[in-house]
Amino acid sequence: MQAVKKDSLEMLRKEILDLQGLGIRPDSEQVNVPLGEILENMPGGVFPTGAIHEFLSPTLTSAAAATGFIAAIIHSLMQSGKPCVWISTRRMIFPPAIRVFGIEPDRFIFIDTPREKEAFWAIEEALRCESLCAVIGEIATLDFKESRRLQLAVESSRVTGFINRRFPHRITSTACVARWQVQPVNSKATIGLPGLAFPRWKVELLKIRSGRPASWLLEWSGNAFHTVVNENPQQSMLPNLKTGVA
Amino acid sequence: MSRFISIWFRHLLTDGYALGQPSLKDIPFVMAAPERGRMMIQAANAKAEADGVRAGMVVADARAIFPALHVVDAIEGTENGLLEMLGEWCLRYTPDVAIDAPDGLILNISGCPHLWGGERAYLKDLVLKIRAMGYDARAAIADTIGAAWAIARFGTVTPIINQNCQKEALSPLPPTALRLDQAIADRLHKLGLYTIGSFIDMPRPTLRRRFGQEMIIRIEQALGSLTESLKPIRPVSPYEERLPSMDGIRTAKGIEIAIRKLLQGLCLRLSKEGKGLRAAVLTCYRMDNEVQQVILSTSRPSRDVEHLFKLFELKIPSIRPALGIELFLLEATVTEDLNVTKEMLWSVSRKDETAVAELLDKIAGKIGEDKIHRFLPDERHWPENSYKEAASLEEKPTTAWRTDRLRPVCLLPEPVRIEVSVPIPDYPPLLFRYKNRPYRIVRADGPERIEQEWWLTDGLHRDYYSVEDESGARYWLFRSGHYNDEHSAWYLHGFFA
Repeated sequence: MQAVKKDSLEMLRKEILDLQGLGIRPDSEQVNVPLGEILENMPGGVFPTGAIHEFLSPTLTSAAAATGFIAAIIHSLMQSGKPCVWISTRRMIFPPAIRVFGIEPDRFIFIDTPREKEAFWAIEEALRCESLCAVIGEIATLDFKESRRLQLAVESSRVTGFINRRFPHRITSTACVARWQVQPVNSKATIGLPGLAFPRWKVELLKIRSGRPASWLLEWSGNAFHTVVNENPQQSMLPNLKTGVA
Repeated sequence: MSRFISIWFRHLLTDGYALGQPSLKDIPFVMAAPERGRMMIQAANAKAEADGVRAGMVVADARAIFPALHVVDAIEGTENGLLEMLGEWCLRYTPDVAIDAPDGLILNISGCPHLWGGERAYLKDLVLKIRAMGYDARAAIADTIGAAWAIARFGTVTPIINQNCQKEALSPLPPTALRLDQAIADRLHKLGLYTIGSFIDMPRPTLRRRFGQEMIIRIEQALGSLTESLKPIRPVSPYEERLPSMDGIRTAKGIEIAIRKLLQGLCLRLSKEGKGLRAAVLTCYRMDNEVQQVILSTSRPSRDVEHLFKLFELKIPSIRPALGIELFLLEATVTEDLNVTKEMLWSVSRKDETAVAELLDKIAGKIGEDKIHRFLPDERHWPENSYKEAASLEEKPTTAWRTDRLRPVCLLPEPVRIEVSVPIPDYPPLLFRYKNRPYRIVRADGPERIEQEWWLTDGLHRDYYSVEDESGARYWLFRSGHYNDEHSAWYLHGFFA
């Protein structure tokens, strides 16, 4: 009886996900994004592709951290060989730097638009194009109506959209599947060694449709994310729990 | 019965040259080209010929006769270009025009002269117009190409030879009028056969034995018993489609339909010829004599009606029909070969590649082509120069992207001047001020010296430090020049992820 109940609940959950446009895709379409522990909070335990992810970046440094985080995710999305479009009103990305995250910068197409309105139009057009793997938009404003348009566009084309909102004026609710905030955190070097250690970010999943919001401390080292479990300096000397391979 | 005009340009080269150099119009000049180590005259204008200078003379000899002779260099192959140009111009008189190298044109005018009111008026109009253009021309009409050619060059009585009268007309002319080789003509002259009439009635086998088959062919071609074929000029027609409308078109929907119709015609032709459109101009002629133009270009050759229509669709709002548009004219100004097996864009399928190119065209149409970039690594020292713009979507990097050094994901377009406190030379700063806020540095790496490229510019080197502040944010700072140097200054250049 218990088992039957559980099964039917599972079925219902899947149906709801399908209706929300977050249904489990066939294996060929599924992308394994090595986010480790974070995936447990995602709908169905899979990184939602074909959805809009919104990043709030109130400062330039958090915008840079979010850029790094997005680049690391895109690395696994780009395995399909499709190109990626980067649309921004004020482009600051330094193409040679994203090579560190395992992606070829020459497979990106950068579009610089003078105004937000045109940037939004370009993002929407790009999201409708099924032949792209991801679209990254750097704009400041995104209201509910606009986010709804973007979300509808990706639900038919299955392109993953990342909107990095630099200096967001007004944070209202949006129709995006996920809302993130990435902030840099002090790195912890192995005791006795000078200089910078591996970059660390505090990744906050503020909102996720059909998932659980949470916050993690991530470290990017050896081409993979590592969740930092304990802030104890003795512990961090040991190799961290490896949660994913890029 | 066919009728032909042969036009002979007596001074084709010099006339053509003088048209571009009006100062030469009234002075004797020749065009010469080196041949076996001497300058041979290729063409002489009418004034020079009057002074006794002929084509085929050596320039030095000509100068001996006429010391003030003006000599210009002849460019090989110009006569063909001139004849083609004139031939295309002659297409207004007949659809069948052929080049008769080196200095003439042949027009098949069967069925055309009555439009000008008879052969005489037709010939007069043609010759006068060519002379008005600046070319010294002679023309003659006859039943056969051979006869027309002979009369145009050697005829003295009338330029129009009536039907079936070519034999009588040819009889008083010299043998060279039959387009014979110089050797045969010389032999005829030696034998005392000074006119065509003196040998045209001789038995053919006799003539063949003495002068060869070629002469028989020439005689029969001139008399009309052997037909001669023409290789007509076909002008390259522009990639152009026109669509007139009886009532003026005023609505966006109407313009859409018109554009779609024009594109269908144009794309059909492009696909037949294996071409793709790179740039097009749509001209709308309005009823009030105003002209509206829309210009578009594509990032790669395309002949897809839907795609091109989408590009035009974005521009329809800029067309102002006012009272109505009565004529649409679509012209492909730039076309390129579009073969199906073109190098693939990265590793995606052909369908994806086209879709991406079409998306970019659409964005370029609205925002501008200069706003779309793709970057390739460049082997330069300074970070802002370490990548370059790719020329096309297909261009592949020639060198690998560098990964040996950590670089910031965000780079400021221009390094921003900051104030720092650095107590020890060549050590990273303890503190820096950016936008009126202090940042205390807790960790740092560096310096990494990046030199100027001395073969390009002079200037100070940069010492880069990667630093982390108390909040964990990482910055890329540099000092230009040496520590405590009077020119040295500190800058913030980027943000690490």
